[in-house]
Amino acid sequence: MSERISLGRAENRIAVAKTYKLYIGGAFPRSESGRSYPVNDAKGAFLANAAQGSRKDARDAVAAARKAFGGWSGATAYNRGQVLYRVAEVLEGRREQFIAEVGAAEGVAVKKAQSLVDAAIDRWVWYAGWTDKIATVLGASNPVAGPYFSFSVPEPTGVVAVLAPQQSSLLGLVSVVAPVIASGNTAVVVASQDRPLPAITLSEVLATSDLPGGVVNILTGRTAEIAPWLASHGDVNALDPTGAPEAVRADLERSAAGTVKRVLRARTSEDFTREPDLARLRAFLESKTVWHPVGV
Amino acid sequence: MWEYAPAPESRDIANLKPDYRMFVDGQFVEGGGEPLKTINPGTEEVLAEVSTAAPADVDKAVKAARRAYDRVWGRMPGSERAKYIFRIARLVQERSRELAVLESLDNGKPIKESRDVDVPTAAAHFFYHAGWADKLGHAGYGPDPKPLGVAGQVIPWNFPLLMAAWKIAPALACGNTVVLKPAETTPLSALVLAEIIQQADLPPGVVNILPGAGDVGAAVVSHPDVDKVAFTGSTDVGKVIQRQLAGTGKKLTLELGGKAANIVFDDAPLDQAVEGIVNGIFFNQGHVCCAGSRLLVQESVAEELLEKLRVRVSTLRVGDPLDKNTDIGAINSREQLTRIEELTASGEAEGAQRWTSSCPLPDKGFYFAPTVFSNVSQAMRIAREEIFGPVLSVLTFRTPDEAVAKANNTPYGLSAGIWTEKGSRILWAAQKMRAGVVWANTFNRFDPTAPFGGYQESGFGREGGRTGLEAYLDV
Repeated sequence: MSERISLGRAENRIAVAKTYKLYIGGAFPRSESGRSYPVNDAKGAFLANAAQGSRKDARDAVAAARKAFGGWSGATAYNRGQVLYRVAEVLEGRREQFIAEVGAAEGVAVKKAQSLVDAAIDRWVWYAGWTDKIATVLGASNPVAGPYFSFSVPEPTGVVAVLAPQQSSLLGLVSVVAPVIASGNTAVVVASQDRPLPAITLSEVLATSDLPGGVVNILTGRTAEIAPWLASHGDVNALDPTGAPEAVRADLERSAAGTVKRVLRARTSEDFTREPDLARLRAFLESKTVWHPVGV
Repeated sequence: MWEYAPAPESRDIANLKPDYRMFVDGQFVEGGGEPLKTINPGTEEVLAEVSTAAPADVDKAVKAARRAYDRVWGRMPGSERAKYIFRIARLVQERSRELAVLESLDNGKPIKESRDVDVPTAAAHFFYHAGWADKLGHAGYGPDPKPLGVAGQVIPWNFPLLMAAWKIAPALACGNTVVLKPAETTPLSALVLAEIIQQADLPPGVVNILPGAGDVGAAVVSHPDVDKVAFTGSTDVGKVIQRQLAGTGKKLTLELGGKAANIVFDDAPLDQAVEGIVNGIFFNQGHVCCAGSRLLVQESVAEELLEKLRVRVSTLRVGDPLDKNTDIGAINSREQLTRIEELTASGEAEGAQRWTSSCPLPDKGFYFAPTVFSNVSQAMRIAREEIFGPVLSVLTFRTPDEAVAKANNTPYGLSAGIWTEKGSRILWAAQKMRAGVVWANTFNRFDPTAPFGGYQESGFGREGGRTGLEAYLDV
């Protein structure tokens, strides 16, 4: 175990090491494949084994996300906002743990890790505040030329497959997951391949934050192995390829066309420490226009 | 009719203190004004003594708010302001039971309303506006809209905590600091909110709360260093404030009186409409500026509807505000009770037909049995003036155009109700209403995401929603 992770523990005590597992449908299973892979810190020292998720795990995760979609998208925006804010509250309580894990995963100094974790907590708060404002900012009443009342409302697109950024193990992860679920989508997330531990710890936060099981599902493993199954899956509605290896990105986008998935447009590089714009919220929204006649 | 055993909420939960002090610059301090005694309108017993602000205290509070604005709050990043306001929302939620009991004690409203409407909606208002604090650039007022400065706010006694939330939450979210005066008869929940603001560790001076009577309110709104004035209350006082502020350049929003029409068309689901009519006029003893106080019924269903309405109203239980079974609590003050009695007497004198529920009333306290006037004509005072009590005036109409004409025949324009099964008629009637809020097949719905406010003599400006932010931004 790395020094950073055992920070603050009594020196003469042997720490209990955690088994890092997947997060699917609110539960923490091992990979059905029985596989795991070693995760090292930035200097190459062994941290832990992570589950190496398989095609079957991905499909289970999609099924769990689909099952959760009705309830989550049907919850009031106020309720979703409070749940997301609760995530920030619980994350704040685990601040020290995340500072240690992000430090170990990303090889950054404590001060930098602190600022990354603080930004990740504040990012949840930012998106928590969006749930009940998306419709007023992105919706519209349409002044159609006729005796009709017409309005357009944003609605979540459904199950979103998210390939989390490979570098930013927590802030980047939060920055791609929170906007997906804020609007009522559910997510299947493939964590950073080499820095997956903060993602699994985040799933422990999600599991204890009133977030219904299945709204966020987190897989660890080889991104290039799992991603194609998600990109081609018939019950996935959209794809965020942010963490896709360059070599397979175009293939994933081609697979996504099979069921006309919404694919987040790739950005050359994304600085997750900056306040985000609405791009990630908008990307996974449908717009529904309703017409109704007006007259006595 | 069913007999109900008493089911009172314990008044101990309110954590009443013998005296309360004003909140200035982060501290509870004695005011220089004559202390007031706030009473429980349900029993006429004194609840607590509350210190009030003298003119010098108003100046002190405005100075504290200015300092807090200049040094801390006005320049703080929105994302940090947001976290303070989220804390307030959570603390209100955590202390919701205490606040609900306190509100019912001080105001007289039934505990089921303070518990299920006032307090949760107040918390929701803080929660919603907390989220705006770091998103103002997305609200449609330009990329980086600025706050105004110090907001002077005066609120009424009908929803003491909720009105404080409606005023304070958007002001803080937009980066302003606040000097707020709660109503003379209901100062307690605002002062507990001040305690919550202290617990949330807001910088001193960001929120200041000054109890007192109308003179304190007048001093707050006319203070030269106040940049924005928000007032909720009577149209008469609203007009005085608008005149007072003329030429000062201060930004002003007013939420004033109303005389809302609640229109029932002949194809309406009558049982559902009856529930909505009852909610529209008897919610909060009718102390609601948007109350559906003028019922307009299509002639062909008027008899049937009135019969159903009287049966339903007969079942309403009037009494102890703390009893969980109480539907209608106490009238907030003797003064208000007198006004209701005077206006209902005018209704009888002018020839309207009065029906009053024969429900028993408590011996002590201010109570008024629910009353329905039929055969009301538009010229009568009870059809024109805001009664602000559990009194409904029923008028009839024959055609939809007549309904619209009668509904709009008022200088007010706060809200309106429409009851019909026909969607196109709802939208047609809603378009024709000269009112800021129109409820269709429902009534008295409030949500922080939905702007609220009136046309013409019901005031200007909106509270809630994206629209409501405008009142607290320099735009």
